[in-house]
Amino acid sequence: MNMNYESVIGLEVHAQLLTESKIFCGCATKFGQTPNQNTCPVCAGFPGVLPVLNKKVVDFAIKAGLATRCEIARTSLFARKNYFYPDLPKGYQISQYELPICTGGYIEFEVNDSRKLVRLTRIHMEEDAGKNIHDAHDDSSLIDLNRAGVPLLEIVSEPDMRSREEAGAYLRTLRQILQYLSICDGNMEQGSFRCDANVSIRPAGSQRLGTKIEIKNLNSFKAVEKALEYEIERQIEALSEGGTIIQETRLWDENREETRSMRSKESAHDYRYFPDPDLLPLVIDDDWIAEIRASLPELPAGRKARFISDYNLSAYDAELLTGRRDVADYFESAVKAHANPKALSNWIVGDLFRVLKERRLDEPLYIAEWPIAAQHLAEMVRLIDQGTISGKIGKTVFEALLDSGRSPQQIVQEQGLEQVSDAASIESAVDKILTANTKQVEQYKSGSEKVFGFFVGQIMKATQGKANPQKVNEILREKLKAHT
Amino acid sequence: MSRAALTLHDAGNKLRKREFSSVELTEAVFERIAGTESKIRAYLTLARDAALEQARQADERLKQGRARSPLLGVPLAVKDNFLTRGLRTTCASKMLANFIPPYDATTVRMLRATGAVITGKTNLDEFAMGSSAENSAFFPTRNPWNLERIPGGSSGGSAAAVAADQCIAALGTDTGGSIRQPAACCGIVGLKPTYGRVSRFGIIAFASSMDQVGPLTKDVQDSALFLEVIAGHDPADSTSVDRPVPLYSEALTGDVKGVRLGIPKEYFVRGMQPEVELAVRTAIRALEKNGAVIEEISLPHTEYAVAVYYIVATAEASSNLARYDGMRYGHSVHAKDLTDTYMISRQEGFGAEVKRRIMLGTYALSAGYYDAYYLKAQRVRTLIKQDFDEAFKHCDVIVTPTAPTTAFKLAAKIQDPLQMYLSDIYTISINLAGLPALSLPCGFDQAGMPIGMQIVGKHFDEATILRVGHAYEQATEWSKRKPDL
Repeated sequence: MNMNYESVIGLEVHAQLLTESKIFCGCATKFGQTPNQNTCPVCAGFPGVLPVLNKKVVDFAIKAGLATRCEIARTSLFARKNYFYPDLPKGYQISQYELPICTGGYIEFEVNDSRKLVRLTRIHMEEDAGKNIHDAHDDSSLIDLNRAGVPLLEIVSEPDMRSREEAGAYLRTLRQILQYLSICDGNMEQGSFRCDANVSIRPAGSQRLGTKIEIKNLNSFKAVEKALEYEIERQIEALSEGGTIIQETRLWDENREETRSMRSKESAHDYRYFPDPDLLPLVIDDDWIAEIRASLPELPAGRKARFISDYNLSAYDAELLTGRRDVADYFESAVKAHANPKALSNWIVGDLFRVLKERRLDEPLYIAEWPIAAQHLAEMVRLIDQGTISGKIGKTVFEALLDSGRSPQQIVQEQGLEQVSDAASIESAVDKILTANTKQVEQYKSGSEKVFGFFVGQIMKATQGKANPQKVNEILREKLKAHT
Repeated sequence: MSRAALTLHDAGNKLRKREFSSVELTEAVFERIAGTESKIRAYLTLARDAALEQARQADERLKQGRARSPLLGVPLAVKDNFLTRGLRTTCASKMLANFIPPYDATTVRMLRATGAVITGKTNLDEFAMGSSAENSAFFPTRNPWNLERIPGGSSGGSAAAVAADQCIAALGTDTGGSIRQPAACCGIVGLKPTYGRVSRFGIIAFASSMDQVGPLTKDVQDSALFLEVIAGHDPADSTSVDRPVPLYSEALTGDVKGVRLGIPKEYFVRGMQPEVELAVRTAIRALEKNGAVIEEISLPHTEYAVAVYYIVATAEASSNLARYDGMRYGHSVHAKDLTDTYMISRQEGFGAEVKRRIMLGTYALSAGYYDAYYLKAQRVRTLIKQDFDEAFKHCDVIVTPTAPTTAFKLAAKIQDPLQMYLSDIYTISINLAGLPALSLPCGFDQAGMPIGMQIVGKHFDEATILRVGHAYEQATEWSKRKPDL
């Protein structure tokens, strides 16, 4: 990147809220239904209908606001955003314009090992539009209004980001917060977490903002980062060649990996916002805010810090364990059952994560059914720590535990996996191996230390891995010493 | 006298005493319609079969003696901007000429639940925009007192139907005078309740911050009884207010002693028809004679009311009417592309006055004009409200003419929107302030056309305006006069 320019990025996120019903009517928000199944006269924009605000949506907006240190407006207003589009049944979207519910918060995160703080301009509530389906018929498009009226939070940042990495980290942090609050599933591909980016460039050191470009159609984190990279390059190139940037909205083309002009400022919509006369001003009192505050979960940043200090975990492990609220909960309930956080952490981020990924259990917001109960994992680690089984046998027990519904003890007993630690049995095993491998014994005698590992391997094999490795080491070393 | 000529309270009493059945009463009403409708044209849709079925069901309930509702078995007409499930609802627009609603307006549901009989849907100015019912996309309605004259609007069909005994009472809506002005024109009683007193759910929105549902009736007692049924909180309407509904009919004591009548000086200086001023002043003196106290009051921002109204109402209308886009219901032209589909569907579907208001409202909300028009209008609206708050410190009700003139001739003002808008000069402020107001007959001009008096009350004080109106009605005979058809 040209060192003479600095990029300035602000992001607008639309987060679909996980309420049971729509924002202004009782229709279900359920995804993947038959087209227009989740509609009623209200969300289909029939004559005479009126909106009634779903209180849950306000709860969720307050949650998001408190979690991002926003000011919660004691009075906020709903406004109509007027424009014609077939997926917008009323010819206007009910949104918030002046007096949004949340203003002036911030999101903090780490990027390239330094702290970054991005201020939030506002968070407001609004209804989603439906969907136009264009390729089903030759001469006409179809409209599915299932999504019309699904609640959204629009989260608008200040232009505080300076690189695509910062933009990516901001988005991931924001998504993680919303997921922790259980108010949005954060699925970018399915459109429940959508992002528009505003980007401009300016000479490094300049305080004035350049002409901004809005980029739409960003359907993944990768798309956001790629589109920003492309757009920053494009703008730098244009300015470097003495050209100018025209304020416009551009569309990200995923296949061609480029942005394309969609509409200029001149042809921008005049949305004719005005307060919606069908809805009263939303008044939120201190009690309401206090109630929501009391219901807030521990947020990822705080939880990570606590994991490092309380459980003595590395920052890396703490980050992995607190990435998802359900994983962090799983870890903590396992630790409660058996206090070896380091070992449990290793099992979770290693073996358990692999299984979750293989089975795609980590795709939804919550892991509905864990392949191993946290109690069982803890029990298994306890067996290892007590010497009942070896760490290696632990892997076998772990696999056997998957979906078995049995306890580690049961599995160890049934499959005879207890560790063999009594000297007599180990000695006899060692003797057998040494007798059978006189050539290697000679090699050891002549100073080849590496055949020691060969003996251990043979002994473990002979005991089906159940021999206590420490004891094997001790006895083997003694016996070999006796041979010399 | 035909049973159709009965008041709601008389008809209700006789039904409960089983002097006649609801079916007989309903048949009498349809007989009256058959005999007069070719002259009046109050109805856009008649629902005779459904009405007779409802009447039979009402008779069952009457037989069982579970007859508490004053509306049980009573034939009522409904303005055609209320959604009626399964019964065509046009809003007098080509846009909705074939629209069959999938649900009932809350007030319609209440009427059905209480056992009322719905005779049909009455004519109006398209989308309730107008003061003469001439803006109907289908045909104009005539004034029963003089077929050459307008019945007022926009609830012209409901007012004419009540005046012509084509129903016992009717439902209307009032955004800037649309119940009161036609009631005055047709010599009947019209009540616009406080904004929030009656549910707006299921009425086709014109200007959401002012639209209000109310009854058009043959006398004040009917108005009180009707309001008792339809008033109350509706969870489906966020602007409806959750407070108890008083028994308005019990407020009708006939006593106005000590009631302070505010007379706004700004309302009697314009170029109003002299007979109107005389009749209203005479009515005020009659109330004074019965013990009411006269207070001169001032509503200094009155002169801005019409301008403010036509900015706020058209702004809201421009947005409310955006849903008629030819996509899901209503008039739709399959044109070459999306823009043309929108443009041609709306061009053909809407009439001239509706288009005029959509354009005015769109302009008032546009970037760069919003502050100068919409925002300023909202500020002046606040001043107008404050005028009333101040005035009500000195009086209990405010008495004014309902309209500056009696019903004018058809086509007299249809080419002159500004003159037409001035028909609502006395009623508009009341909607801007959200107050309740009653119009009732207080005399006739030399041409034999009825004159209306408006009684305005404090917020949610319908009881007092009904009491004053009722007391006046008891002292005079105007409400009992019938047009000669």
